[in-house]
Amino acid sequence: MIDINKIREDFPILSETVYGKPLVYFDNAATTQKPRQVVEKIVEGYYKRNANIHRGVHFLSQEATEAHEQARQEVRAFINAKSSNEIIFTRGTTEAINLVASSFGELLSDGDEVIVTQMEHHSNIVPWQLLQRRKDIKLKVIPFDENGVLKIQELDTLITPKTKLIACTHVSNALGTINPVKEIIEKAHAQGIPVLVDGAQSIPHFKVDVQELDADFLAFSAHKIYGPTGMGVLYGKEAWLDKLPPYQGGGEMIDKVTFEKTTFNVLPFKFEAGTPDFIGSTALAEALRYVNAIGIDTIAAHEQELVAYAVQQLSRFDNIRFIGQTKERSGLVSFLIGTIHPYDLGSVLDKLGIAVRTGHHCAQPVMDAFGIDGTVRASFGIYNTKEEIDILVAGVERAKKMFKQ
Amino acid sequence: MTINEKQDEIIAEFEFLDDWLDKYQQIIDKGMSSAGIDPKYKTPENLIEGCQSKVWVMAEYKEGKVYYQGESNTDIAGGIAAMLVEIFSGHTPQEIIDTDLYFIDRIGLKEHLSPTRSNGMLAMIKQMRLFAIAFKAENENK
Ligand SMILES: Cc1ncc(COP(=O)(O)O)c(C=O)c1O
Repeated sequence: MIDINKIREDFPILSETVYGKPLVYFDNAATTQKPRQVVEKIVEGYYKRNANIHRGVHFLSQEATEAHEQARQEVRAFINAKSSNEIIFTRGTTEAINLVASSFGELLSDGDEVIVTQMEHHSNIVPWQLLQRRKDIKLKVIPFDENGVLKIQELDTLITPKTKLIACTHVSNALGTINPVKEIIEKAHAQGIPVLVDGAQSIPHFKVDVQELDADFLAFSAHKIYGPTGMGVLYGKEAWLDKLPPYQGGGEMIDKVTFEKTTFNVLPFKFEAGTPDFIGSTALAEALRYVNAIGIDTIAAHEQELVAYAVQQLSRFDNIRFIGQTKERSGLVSFLIGTIHPYDLGSVLDKLGIAVRTGHHCAQPVMDAFGIDGTVRASFGIYNTKEEIDILVAGVERAKKMFKQ
Repeated sequence: MTINEKQDEIIAEFEFLDDWLDKYQQIIDKGMSSAGIDPKYKTPENLIEGCQSKVWVMAEYKEGKVYYQGESNTDIAGGIAAMLVEIFSGHTPQEIIDTDLYFIDRIGLKEHLSPTRSNGMLAMIKQMRLFAIAFKAENENK
C-alpha cells in the first residue's frame, strides 16, 4: 500500500489553495508537480556544482560533468536502454521528435512515406509536415474507431515498400488510449521499418522497456514525470543514431572544426549542440529516482484505480459522454456533459479549485474525428486521491445545475 | 434608461453576490435568457477573432440608434455578450463611443475571467464600438 498522504507532503504546491479552496490538480498530462527532492536537486546544482561541463579541467566542471553523465546512466536504466550512448538530452518530447524528423528526414527521398496515427499530439504531426516542405514525402494516418482504439489491422494496407518510418504515440493525451506499440513495432520490423514511439504519456505512468518493445526511437518529457521543465529525452538505437546526421550545430557536438571541414563528436554528444541543461538532467534523474522509490508498477496500479473510480463515479451523470472508451486506458478521463461547452465546465471547476484541461489538447484531428470542439480532461498523477475525484464529481454536479443540464 | 443607468443596474444585480460561482450563474442566466442572434447573422464576418469561445456580434442602425445582437457557443461568453448587447442597444453611436464601461471593473469581471476570456470580452467590446464608429461615419457622410 502506498501512503498517498506522505507522498503529498513531498509536493508543497498541493497544499496551496486557489480562490480559497484546496487545489485539486488534475492537469498532470499537461505537466506534473515537482517533489521537494527534485527542486532541491536544482538548487543544489546551482549552489554546489555549477560549472560548464565536459571541457573544464577544473574541479567543479568535473563534478558537474560527472553528475550530468550519471544522470544519463539513470535515464538509460529507467527505460532499459542498452547503452547511455542511446540517450540524447533534449528540451522535451517536441524537440526529440523534431530531431528525428529533421535528421532521419535527411535520409528520406521524394516519394517516401511516414505513417502516424490519427491520435497524435500536434508535436508528432507538425514536424513531419515541416519535413514535407523540404521533401516530397507522404504522411499516412492509422485511423481509430468510435471508442478511440486504433484500427491497427489497417496498418497492413498502409505499409508499402515506400514506408520508411512509423511514428506513433504510446498513449493518447486526449483519449488515454494505450496503443499496442509492441504489435505495431513487430509488424513494422517484419518489413524492415523503424518505429518512433512518443512516450510523453506512457513513461510517467507505467513501465516502458525500450528493449522489450524493440523501439527504434522513443521520446519523452521530464516535466510530465515530476521532473524539471525544458528537459527531455530522445532514446535511439545506437545503430540508428550513428546513421543519422547531426540535428543542430555548435559546441559539444563537434570533434574538430576548421573552415574547410568539420568532423562530429561521437554519440550521444553528436546530437547535443551547445551547453546542455546539466542542471535539468540531474533533476530529471532525481525525479526518476523518486518514481523508482515508489515503484512505477505501484504508480501504475494507483492511477489505474483512480481512472476506474473516476469513470465509475462520472458514469452517474446520464448525459456524460466519455471521449475515448478503451479497456487499455492510462492516466486520464476525457469527457463532455450534455451540451455544456468544455470551456464553460472548466471555468466553473476552476472556481471550485479544480484544475482540469479543456479544449483540443493539441490533438485537433482527434476532436475533428469526434466532431467536437474539445473535451474536459482530468488527468492523474501519483499524488491524486479518490477524495479529489469526489470533489470533481461534486463540481460537475454543480456545473450541471448551473448550466441547466 | 441611459447607458450608465443600465450599467448601474447590472452592478446592483451583482453586488450582493460574493461567491464567484453565483456571479457566473448570473452571467450564464443572462446568456440563456437573451434573444441571441438571428441565425442568418451567424456568419464568418460576424465572428469575433481573438475569442477561444466563438462569439458572433452584429449591429443594425435604425433612426439614429444602434441595435446589437450577440451570441456565443459557450454560456459564459454568451452571458457577457448579452450584457454588452443590453447596455449598448438603443443608443446613438456617439453615446456608445463615449461610454466608459465601468461596470466591468465594478463587478470584477476582468480579473475573474481567464485571460483568454478576458481578451475575448475586450474583442467583443472593440467590435461593438467599431460598429458604432462605422454608423457614425456613415451618418456624417450623408
Ligand atoms: C502525447 C504527447 N506528445 C508530445 C507532447 C509534447 O510534449 P512537450 O510539450 O513536453 O514537448 C505531449 C505534451 O502534451 C503529449 O501529451
